[in-house]
Amino acid sequence: MLRPIRILLALIIAAAMTAAFAQTSEFFNEADLIRDLGYMEMEAEGPADQPWIQAIDPTYIETTQYAKEGPWTVCFSNAGVNNPWRVVGFTTMEAEVDLHPNIGRFIHIDAEGSDNKQISDINGLLASGDCDILIVSPNTTAALTPVVETACEQLPVIVFDRGVNTDCPVSFITPIGGYAFGAVAANFIVDELPEGGNVLALRILPGVDVLEFRWSGAERIFEEAGINVVGAEFTEGSTANTKSIVEDYLQRFGNIDAIWMDAGATAVAAIEAFEDFGAPYPIITGEDQQDFLLKWRDEGLTAIAPTFPTYQWRTPIIAAEMILTGQPVPERWTLPQPHITAENLDRYIQPNMPLLHYALCGCEDMPGFPERWGGR
Amino acid sequence: MSDTRTATQVPAWRVALAAVGKSAPVFLVLLILIAWITYLNPRFIEPSFFLNFLRRSAPLMILAAGQLFVVVSGGFDLSQGSLVTLTVLAGALLAFGDPANTWWVILVLYGIGLLVGVFNGAVTSYLRVPSFITTLGMLLTLKGLALLITGGAPRGALPPNFRAFGRAFIEDVPLLGRLPWAVIVLFVLSALFVYLFHYTVLGKQALAIGDNQRAAALAGIHVPRVRITAFVMSSLSAVTAGIMLGGFSGVSINVGDGLELEAISAVVLGGAALLGGRGNMPAALAGALTLQALFTLLNFLGLPSPIRVTVQGAIIIGAVGYAAWRAVRAGQERGA
Repeated sequence: MLRPIRILLALIIAAAMTAAFAQTSEFFNEADLIRDLGYMEMEAEGPADQPWIQAIDPTYIETTQYAKEGPWTVCFSNAGVNNPWRVVGFTTMEAEVDLHPNIGRFIHIDAEGSDNKQISDINGLLASGDCDILIVSPNTTAALTPVVETACEQLPVIVFDRGVNTDCPVSFITPIGGYAFGAVAANFIVDELPEGGNVLALRILPGVDVLEFRWSGAERIFEEAGINVVGAEFTEGSTANTKSIVEDYLQRFGNIDAIWMDAGATAVAAIEAFEDFGAPYPIITGEDQQDFLLKWRDEGLTAIAPTFPTYQWRTPIIAAEMILTGQPVPERWTLPQPHITAENLDRYIQPNMPLLHYALCGCEDMPGFPERWGGR
Repeated sequence: MSDTRTATQVPAWRVALAAVGKSAPVFLVLLILIAWITYLNPRFIEPSFFLNFLRRSAPLMILAAGQLFVVVSGGFDLSQGSLVTLTVLAGALLAFGDPANTWWVILVLYGIGLLVGVFNGAVTSYLRVPSFITTLGMLLTLKGLALLITGGAPRGALPPNFRAFGRAFIEDVPLLGRLPWAVIVLFVLSALFVYLFHYTVLGKQALAIGDNQRAAALAGIHVPRVRITAFVMSSLSAVTAGIMLGGFSGVSINVGDGLELEAISAVVLGGAALLGGRGNMPAALAGALTLQALFTLLNFLGLPSPIRVTVQGAIIIGAVGYAAWRAVRAGQERGA
């Protein structure tokens, strides 16, 4: 009676494991990793105080065929406004639109994190015939590729944030990317970690390209340096899960020397787990969220914050104006991707901003700052 | 060797075990899980570690206790999780990190909880909308409200004295070591919940409605009043859980995601019948603790996340299936 159940359970577990391991390899591309790490060393073209119009190693393409009399209608199909990073980004984008008098209408459609909704959103925008240009922040890569290809046949398209598997868009705007993000954090840990120290990796979810790139960038560095990674856990972005997982690891191993994170939103929860447990602070990697930066300064942590800068939300609007006035734009517009270290930490701390505000919004000089972003 | 007993006597431990097993198998499962975790990590049952485990489990246990009132009366409360989120986000926004604000903010939050519960109960009772639909609507409303008041990016912060309920410890307690505030809150509320459910007319009336609403009404029970009270219990427990979770892990926009399903799972693990009429408060609390112990065990086993989710699902189905099988068998023995 019990045997079939046992076999069934074993099969389920085996299937789940296969799925878990298959997912990681699918997202790794050595050539991209090498290219991205190279970008980290390169000087970006353009004014250094406006990184959102800088570009690394750009190849410009002609856009004269898209030039058009204003005012224009700019359409934006957005994957979602469902986390603080996207809220800060979208607020910044709206402020950027206000800086362009030639943009008569800005139509924003929120896909609420659904591939299906985004596909029908884009089809709706195309059918309306209102758009002079279409900006897409794809919800997932593969699912959105066909509809972006359809859109390319009708009007100029700009893709940013996450990618699609086609080069038909006029411009693809992205920071350097996930490999560099993960590698910067991992290299910092390798340098700081005491001999024989252990590392816990905290990830949000499996299967999202941006996040998988971050982990594969880090995983190789840990492997090559022979670092003892005691676990790689998924927190689902929940602070309570994060705290519980870290507490469990502290109980299991007595001490954790370093925490690597693929996103900074739960970094403070991880740090608090050490406080509540009475363990010394770990070496930790976070992101440019204010709560983490404040904690870092107040407790004098050994930390680093790679970023996926929210100022990238300004660039598509700027690119839209360039394309509609026929100026050449970079085909792959690679934005610089700074990281915050102990040396420049103070520059990014903004006590007047909400705790979950992202410091690299590039929005400080925009109209309505800081109130528009929830600051005081 | 026990020389005073005859060979046919049943050992005392088997009697005790049978009693535990009969009241609800969840206690047995809980014991097995705790024993397993302790085997993997003997420090787990040291007082300070175990208290920490209770601290972490407290929000889910309180949620499950509130959910039980609704489930036994024949409903669901799917709005618990988003009420937790709203509590944390609104708490941070209203208090804005200033400890002087904590007390009135907590009062306002309970006021919101009261309104939500009354609304859920009234719509379900008077408009005859199934609670599944009412509370699903409420889930979306509260979630939308939480996003609306914060613009999607949480503002403000929870002051330390607000967070104390979920985070602070009383240091150097004799025998126990560090005693978390959350555990004290948990014990006080558990006692209150057991009292309300088993020793007042409220629990019995809720059970009667869940078993047979028409019979309960004919017996003179004011069905809407009991049902509204049950939803209010559920909402107030969600606000309490929100205060404790916000304390435990701080402000985040997804703090309550999926908690309503965990609470319902816990109640079912505790042997409550999903369509009402049967349920037991200590078992529901144990169900929540069991679920949390399961999560902890899977962490300790170091299983990759997808397996964790699968095992979690399998165990919940197993527990419910076992309860159903027992019910059928009990029915057969009675000749039904």
